[in-house]
Amino acid sequence: MLFAVFFPLLLACLIPFLSRYKHKVHTGFFVLLAPLSIFLYFVSFIGHDFEPVMKSYPWIPSLDITLNFHLDGLSLLFVLLISGIGALVTFYSIYYLHKSERLGHFYVYLLLFMAAMFGVVLSDNVFVLYTFWELTSISSFLLIGYWNHRERSRYGALKSMLITVFGGLSLLGAFLLLTVITKTTSIHEMIQQADLILSSDYLPLIMTFIFLGAFTKSAQFPFHIWLPDAMEAPTPVSAYLHSATMVKAGIFLIARFSPIFSTNEWFFIIVSGIGIITLCWGSYMAVRQTDLKGILAFSTISQLGMIMAMLGFGTEAAIFGAVFHILNHATFKGSLFMIAGIVDHETGTRDIRKLGGLMTLMPISATLAFFGTFSMAGVPLPFLNGFYSKEVFFESTLELNNTSLAFAEILRTAIPYLAVFGSIFTFVYSMYLVFGTFRGEKHLDQLPKKPHEAPIGMLIAPSILILGVIIIGLFPNLVNESFLAHTASAILGEAYHPHEIKFWHGFITPLKMSLVVVGVGTVLFIFRKKWSGVYQAIPGRLSMNKVYDTIVNGTKTVSARITNSYMNGSLRRYMALILAAIIVVSLGTMYLTDGFTIELHPDTLADIKLPEILVAATMAIAAITTIFTRNRIAAILILGVVGYGLSILFVIYRAPDLALTQLVVETITVGLFLLCFYHLPNLRPRTESIGFKSVNLIISIGFGLLMTLIAISAHSSKWYSTIADYFIHTSHDLGGGDNVVNVILVDMRGLDTLFEITVLGIAALGIYGLIKLRAKKGAE
Amino acid sequence: MSDLVKSMDSAVETVSIICIVFISISILMLLYRVIIGPTNPDRAVALDTIGINLMALVGLIAILLETTRLNDVVLLIGILLFIGTIALAKFLEKGVIIDRDLD
Repeated sequence: MLFAVFFPLLLACLIPFLSRYKHKVHTGFFVLLAPLSIFLYFVSFIGHDFEPVMKSYPWIPSLDITLNFHLDGLSLLFVLLISGIGALVTFYSIYYLHKSERLGHFYVYLLLFMAAMFGVVLSDNVFVLYTFWELTSISSFLLIGYWNHRERSRYGALKSMLITVFGGLSLLGAFLLLTVITKTTSIHEMIQQADLILSSDYLPLIMTFIFLGAFTKSAQFPFHIWLPDAMEAPTPVSAYLHSATMVKAGIFLIARFSPIFSTNEWFFIIVSGIGIITLCWGSYMAVRQTDLKGILAFSTISQLGMIMAMLGFGTEAAIFGAVFHILNHATFKGSLFMIAGIVDHETGTRDIRKLGGLMTLMPISATLAFFGTFSMAGVPLPFLNGFYSKEVFFESTLELNNTSLAFAEILRTAIPYLAVFGSIFTFVYSMYLVFGTFRGEKHLDQLPKKPHEAPIGMLIAPSILILGVIIIGLFPNLVNESFLAHTASAILGEAYHPHEIKFWHGFITPLKMSLVVVGVGTVLFIFRKKWSGVYQAIPGRLSMNKVYDTIVNGTKTVSARITNSYMNGSLRRYMALILAAIIVVSLGTMYLTDGFTIELHPDTLADIKLPEILVAATMAIAAITTIFTRNRIAAILILGVVGYGLSILFVIYRAPDLALTQLVVETITVGLFLLCFYHLPNLRPRTESIGFKSVNLIISIGFGLLMTLIAISAHSSKWYSTIADYFIHTSHDLGGGDNVVNVILVDMRGLDTLFEITVLGIAALGIYGLIKLRAKKGAE
Repeated sequence: MSDLVKSMDSAVETVSIICIVFISISILMLLYRVIIGPTNPDRAVALDTIGINLMALVGLIAILLETTRLNDVVLLIGILLFIGTIALAKFLEKGVIIDRDLD
């Protein structure tokens, strides 16, 4: 199983070398090896006696993250879809992509995606699952933006990236919460502890996060907006990612976790509610599209909504219907995308208004499209698989469990009607898709190319898929007991006993619903031009895309405004902000932790002598005067008084070395200031507003106050005795000197001195460099 | 004898403190001159005199603290004061302290 996940990755590493020979052999043929072999390997698991397989490979055992691969019925269904459709899509892409394209890139991304999808569906460890989940987002981003010279491609790729990664990150949050609650990282162990999770306080948060992850990935309302824009990808990508595999990852996630959450009423309300809304909205909007792939994108959205709704119902029939429809949807939607690609390839356009009457020109594609769309519409014919799952869907909407919540009760009664509503529009767009393309008038003059039937290689993949549609349609029980029953029991968490799928159940309500769909749908389709004005009213100018664009652009403008509001380039502003922040944080901390202590004990405080007072008073007067002095030279000279006063304080406090140094430094500093001031231009003094000045005053007083408070506090709380005695006693014996300060500087703590010397050296070099190495005028 | 020494000590101390107070008052008055000005040469001269007062102050403090270690400080102030005042004077006179071209 490790092989299944990592073989595509391994192959992806080799593709750049193999793609050099692309003019002799199309790179796709090498790629075909991976999905085909994996498909053949996993097909052997199908059967009545299927038992879940668990394989474990260590990855980060200390964090309880192991590559646990768990193959149960659900995984098996998805693995077969991914590998099977992967093989067909690869085969199709060989004929679709010309050799002049950058094939190496394309297939590397595709294999990356394939491996990521295998990882998602096989992982039992939530963090491994998340890793692969993000890998699908990234590889899908790369594939959507494959033709990166197009602006729309880049837009679509970015949009899908933002939305799916948003969901992915919230999923990580859910996984972390689940891990914390259950103390395990394994999904099947979490399912065993479902009661613990359901009784947890974090349950609403977990469910929201998981739903966000699943709904963004599966393009559920209102996160569906990325999928139509993802149609800028090459058609094989659309067929593979955006119909059969990646968009079903969210479905997979909900199915995987439904044994835990399905007993919760909100699971039903949210999943079914969102699913049914997505179904209706997607199918409603699909009729409005003019681009073939646009129709298919909205159709995918609506079909995913239908599957999601069935998962939300949680009844046996509904789960089976969901599983069945996952399979059916993958077959017919994959083929329809490929046919849309063929039409695009052979006529040069995907605009349905320009197409028409292609049936006689492309008979094989037209036949395939007929089968695909009729199956999608759920037309009651015994050789179309779409009908069966649609009927199971109708059946399941009618037999929902009674609930206690009033809101859920309303939803329960509304669901059958909404289901019929959505299905009517599904019928309409399906008919529109096939008849608009292949019937009606020919507009050959409007087509960029002269249309003709596609090469046989291109038709093979959709033909196989349509063959699947028909085979499942004719013999629905072929996949029932041996295959889908295992999937359903994996989702239900208990053994599912399959019922025989029959075409004719008698004249019962689901069939009546189907007939209503076909009847009303036909009428709506025929008079489509008459009522299409309704789209002017709903959605009209409303759309989720606008919301998305507003959010993305709004974030840019708002953050730019916020940044510009405080990053105005003024050092004064920054200084004021820094000091204010320090004041608020420090005072807040002192206040909250009760950190301010005053201890005026005579033992710890020395007597105040007259000389000290006098010197301090002199310094204070000089310092305050400096602020109010207008003359620069005078300000410097007065500041010099403060410096000299400090040196006298050093003298009084018996620090001759410090006093010496301070005197010299002060003198040099004053000299340097004078040197600078000589070169300053004579600018007019700036006049600041009173408000600006008073804010500065408050901040400076506050900062001074803060420092005073900290100093008093620090002095009042001496917890340990000083180590000064050690230096005083040992400086002669150990350091060989009687000047304790100097012994400390060069012997005891010589390293500090070394680096202070370094600082001075750097400063000197810097000044020399600044003066000497001036760039020439005009140079940057 | 010891009484005499003691009274001598206390006399020295008292005298020193009185001197310190007077010098401090002198510094404060000089500070007034530095602040008020009115011209920069006034400030320079006042600063120079403050320096001389500082020398005296340090000397008195040395007496008070009964130490000889502060003698360096007194000498240093003397040298710095001389250099500083010359530099200031040159700055006020010519605007530069170090001439660029001597020839």
